[in-house]
Amino acid sequence: MSFEPSDKYTDSALRIGDTDPYPQRLVGEFIGTVVSNDWVNPEYKHLILKVHPHALKAYAGQMFHLLCPSPDGAEVWMRRPMSVYRVDRTEGQVEFLYKTEGRGTRGMAKLGPGDDFNIAGPLGHGFKLEPGWKNIVVLGRGVGLATLAPLSQLAAEHGVGVTAILSARNPDVVMSKELFEELGAKTITVVDTDNSSAVENVETILEDLIAKGKADAFFTCGSNRLLKLMQRLGEKHHVPGQVAMEQIMVCGFGACYVCMRTFKVDGKLTLKRVCRDGPVFNMQEAVGW
Amino acid sequence: MVDLSVKIGAITLQNPVQPASGAFSWEYNDVIDLNRLGALVAKTICREPRLGNPTPRMAETEAGIIQSIGLPGKGIEYFLDHIVPEYAKFKPPLVVSVNAETIEDFAALAEELSVPDVDVIEANISCPTRNQTGGNFAMHEDYTRDCIRAIRAKTTKPLWVKLSPNAGDIVSIAKAAEEAGADCLVIANTFLSLKIRTDNFRPALGNKFGGLVSPALKPIVLRMVYQVAKAVKIPIIGIGGVTKAEDVVEYMLAGATAVGIGYAGFRNPTALITIIDDLEAWCNERGIKKVTELIGAVRDDDMEMDTLVAASAGV
Repeated sequence: MSFEPSDKYTDSALRIGDTDPYPQRLVGEFIGTVVSNDWVNPEYKHLILKVHPHALKAYAGQMFHLLCPSPDGAEVWMRRPMSVYRVDRTEGQVEFLYKTEGRGTRGMAKLGPGDDFNIAGPLGHGFKLEPGWKNIVVLGRGVGLATLAPLSQLAAEHGVGVTAILSARNPDVVMSKELFEELGAKTITVVDTDNSSAVENVETILEDLIAKGKADAFFTCGSNRLLKLMQRLGEKHHVPGQVAMEQIMVCGFGACYVCMRTFKVDGKLTLKRVCRDGPVFNMQEAVGW
Repeated sequence: MVDLSVKIGAITLQNPVQPASGAFSWEYNDVIDLNRLGALVAKTICREPRLGNPTPRMAETEAGIIQSIGLPGKGIEYFLDHIVPEYAKFKPPLVVSVNAETIEDFAALAEELSVPDVDVIEANISCPTRNQTGGNFAMHEDYTRDCIRAIRAKTTKPLWVKLSPNAGDIVSIAKAAEEAGADCLVIANTFLSLKIRTDNFRPALGNKFGGLVSPALKPIVLRMVYQVAKAVKIPIIGIGGVTKAEDVVEYMLAGATAVGIGYAGFRNPTALITIIDDLEAWCNERGIKKVTELIGAVRDDDMEMDTLVAASAGV
């Protein structure tokens, strides 16, 4: 322990091998070691982090709150919430797939093998599979697919079949296709370049899946128009659904009321906290953005 | 062994480290042992359910974050029935922060909240996004005096008063609060601030103005604590920019009896526990047996020195 003035922030996060002084915890602050942080295409990077075993309790749809390094020398004051892309319990690793966009993710992009990375979590309620569901449909766009990808892991563990419709601007930035297929999901890629990502076409695909009995539940993230489409078809055909939402976030524990979004519950508009009431919500209650 | 306990009026805190109101809830039990904190401080409660301010509610700036939440909550009934019992599961005293738009309602709320499981009423008369005749009474010493006097008449619970750093003369306001019956002064709430986005020319926060939350506040608030401590007899809790044990020491040297922490707990959810551990270690290393020895122990009685003498001293 050092008391030099240069110790800007206190640090009681758990490193790999540390004994936990508060073992009943549901959430931890962890310092993991970066295994790799590689580009998967011109816009997205894939970070693999070796972590304390408590962090491996994370499941699909849950988030970690990331203390990103600075991209530019100036302070990054707040953590950035990010859903977990994959949890590898055998290797003791959590993985993130992210688009380098804001200051947080640009700082994160600078991390290299062996670097420390402080993450807090797992936070929030993730995706849940109901016992009666045999086949689910996952529909996502852009970085939303990184949030949906671990559903394939969850579904495989429960013997549930997955059809994943992956939407993107062009074929080069289609995310998570391999991860879905690796775990037995059937994938359908739709892109803007050939207009296959148009709502009318996606609607036809969904109607077809519903008719074939392949849609016991809907899951989506990352696109307002795809959310609206799934809400409409879900209501029409009585298909339940879940949506993962995002919002600017501060504490991550439900204390600060920064990450609010509007939902319609029993016909009434209300606010919910993305960090604690979500980030995964009943699809029909989401108001969209 | 270091005795970390401090007394604030009739209340004993096991250590001088507590969360700041609005930056904490019992839900932090997920990540830290709440029984280790000096006190538990609930988010400010208003009588009626409130949605709070439009989003975005937080924006980063070069020197910290600005935020404007707008006191959302489910109202006093829900608070007493559902939230107070959550806090009652833990040992540290429960401080309930309260805000109202009129002096009468402030007093009535304080009375209704004076139930056995509530240990302290903290009058949040300084919410920066409310106006000075509508809940932000700490901008003016007469409003402060009238409001605290009215609350004092309605509750026998220890009464802490949270002051505003946005007032011109915080010392006069502190004295008015003491005179009106406050048991402790909480210094200070957040600094009223603004950020304008250069990409779309719009204020970054949905409520336009917000309060600055940042380690940058520490030297400013420390100065306020120091000045107020010289002018009042009641204890002070310093809040602003505490991120490490030495910051607690600094506030105590300036005259604070305890500190509140907001930002550091946002950034490192386990920060409060580490700060408590580090404070104990800091005292141990220096042979300080009781943390209360630090209160007001700043060495400033020989500061009227000759400039030429001072400039010839070692660095």
